[in-house]
Amino acid sequence: MNALDVVLVAALVVSATMTVMTARLLRAVIGLAITSAILTMIMFRLAAPIAGVFELSVCAGLIPAIFISAIGLTRRLAAEELPARQQERLRRFWPLPVLLVLAIIVLTQWPLPIGLPDSQGPEPVTDLSTLLWNARPADLLAQVALLLGGAFAVVMLVKNVGREHE
Amino acid sequence: MRSLLILLPLAGLILLNLPGGLLAGLALPAVAALAIFEIVLAVYLPTAAFPALEQVQQLLHLSTPLDSLARVLLLSIGIVMLASLLVLHATVKAQRRRFNVANVLLISLMGMNGVVLVHDLFSLYVFLEVTSVASFVLIASSGEDTGLEGAFKYLVLSAVATVLMLSGVAMMFLFAGSTDFSAVAAALQNNSGQLLLKIAIGTFGCGLLIKGGLVPFHGWLPDAYQSAPAAISVLLAGVVTKVSGIYALFRLGISVVGLQTFSPVLLAVGALSMVVGALLALRQNSLKRLLAYSSVSQVGYIVLGLGCAGMGGPAGKLGLAAAIFHLFNHTIFKTLLFVNSAALEQRTGTSDMSVMGGLGSRMPITSTSSAIAALSIAGIPPLSGFWSKLLLIIALWQAGLYAYASLAVFVSVLTLAYMLTVQRRVFFGKCREDLLSAREASGGIVLVEAALALVIIGVGVLMPYVMNSFLLPLKGGF
Repeated sequence: MNALDVVLVAALVVSATMTVMTARLLRAVIGLAITSAILTMIMFRLAAPIAGVFELSVCAGLIPAIFISAIGLTRRLAAEELPARQQERLRRFWPLPVLLVLAIIVLTQWPLPIGLPDSQGPEPVTDLSTLLWNARPADLLAQVALLLGGAFAVVMLVKNVGREHE
Repeated sequence: MRSLLILLPLAGLILLNLPGGLLAGLALPAVAALAIFEIVLAVYLPTAAFPALEQVQQLLHLSTPLDSLARVLLLSIGIVMLASLLVLHATVKAQRRRFNVANVLLISLMGMNGVVLVHDLFSLYVFLEVTSVASFVLIASSGEDTGLEGAFKYLVLSAVATVLMLSGVAMMFLFAGSTDFSAVAAALQNNSGQLLLKIAIGTFGCGLLIKGGLVPFHGWLPDAYQSAPAAISVLLAGVVTKVSGIYALFRLGISVVGLQTFSPVLLAVGALSMVVGALLALRQNSLKRLLAYSSVSQVGYIVLGLGCAGMGGPAGKLGLAAAIFHLFNHTIFKTLLFVNSAALEQRTGTSDMSVMGGLGSRMPITSTSSAIAALSIAGIPPLSGFWSKLLLIIALWQAGLYAYASLAVFVSVLTLAYMLTVQRRVFFGKCREDLLSAREASGGIVLVEAALALVIIGVGVLMPYVMNSFLLPLKGGF
């Protein structure tokens, strides 16, 4: 692990923590996108480019877009409500960064006594069409269903409820 | 042919949502047709399929032959989906909501079929997620606060299960270089002493126990069942948790890990769920909540049978057959009990038993079918539940697990106690003044009640036929 890896992992931890701790939904979505983008860089460094491409396009692109469309249908929090919400969130989640830092220290100083296999796993698939259509076609269909499920969630739980309230 | 069980729901979803809404009116019939197709396919799976479909099957990596367990699950999914649709038709009048729910039911159907059909740990995980996402949306689909709360609790615990399962898959992939069942099974055999693999099995198994709502991971289940709309409670209690948690546990044990590896854990978890679920059910006022805890208890029986299967030998085989038989029976009588609950909710506006009473004369079909389901779940002969419990207890006794066998008998008595309490509080006695205007539930619900009650009686009375055509193949099928 070199200095760049350490920086990336630290940035990942900070952005993920901020995503959870902010009281503003929009900032949380942006935090999610940044976390996914950093994770993409880590995946490229771990020689997993296809996983990285998916992480970037789906987790940093498509999913935040669905979240933002859902947030667009909700009522905006009043400016005076925000500090109290932020305080409450900080009070509830302050152990999270502490625990994360402790876990990093413990795991780097005293690695778990678990044996890893000698082999480096299967040959990485570099051809995207081979991966999608030959190796994992059922997963691809399931991903389509997941995205459609997300779209229906927005329609049924946010859009229609919003209409009923109006 | 079975690749259609994944492709058709997805195609249906796309067709129903074509611009202009040309086919929107066909949403409920389309889901019903797919459910019937699934029932037919589960009962009669053609060996010679069309060549084009064979190619699609190979493309989707679904070429491994279906075993008896998968067929039982496909049959259960088809039956419960059909029951849920009829309840949806009877209880939801708004066309728009019906259409939206039918769409998500298609996603749920695809997810559950995928879980049953795939032979790959990662694909199993992805289809479990599809089923879960559909379930969150369906639970919250009423738009009420209680529904959102129930869905949120399910979402949070399901996210924990996701992390555990995905970590388990990743660790197994490290050793096997693949997530295919057979490759992972071979890697587990070749590296049996590896701590990391034991952790992987443990984390994946814990994720499945959360999905199945077993003690001590059962916290989400009563809230989700109680807060979901009636038709969705039927689906969740009838089949979703069984496919998501219990079937996947069966599959992990039978096809990947080997049941003997974690037999003691399964026996302990099964016994704990059986007892805790029954004790908590005794204290409930809400009918749906009581039935949810009853599910925890009955699923405990199924897992106990799975644990017994890990003991090996003839007793183990009988235990496995009994577990699968009880899984099917529980699907039928729990679906019926939740349909009864939907009928009561339709006519009284609540599932709180403290404001019910004397409804037997007002709702004769609901009360009769409820009594049949209650007696079956308590293991009273000659109904279907009696036979599966009897086989399970014999298997436990033959395996030398006398304490577990005695516990199974004791919990049956507890089950009889809380189910008879339901009958007394809801149906027996003089009808309350404010319920005098109550009448039998609407046609679709009554039809489901009668059909499922007949299945319970039929399976019980025709036990010799069921034994030869269904249970004996299960004993030798793995």
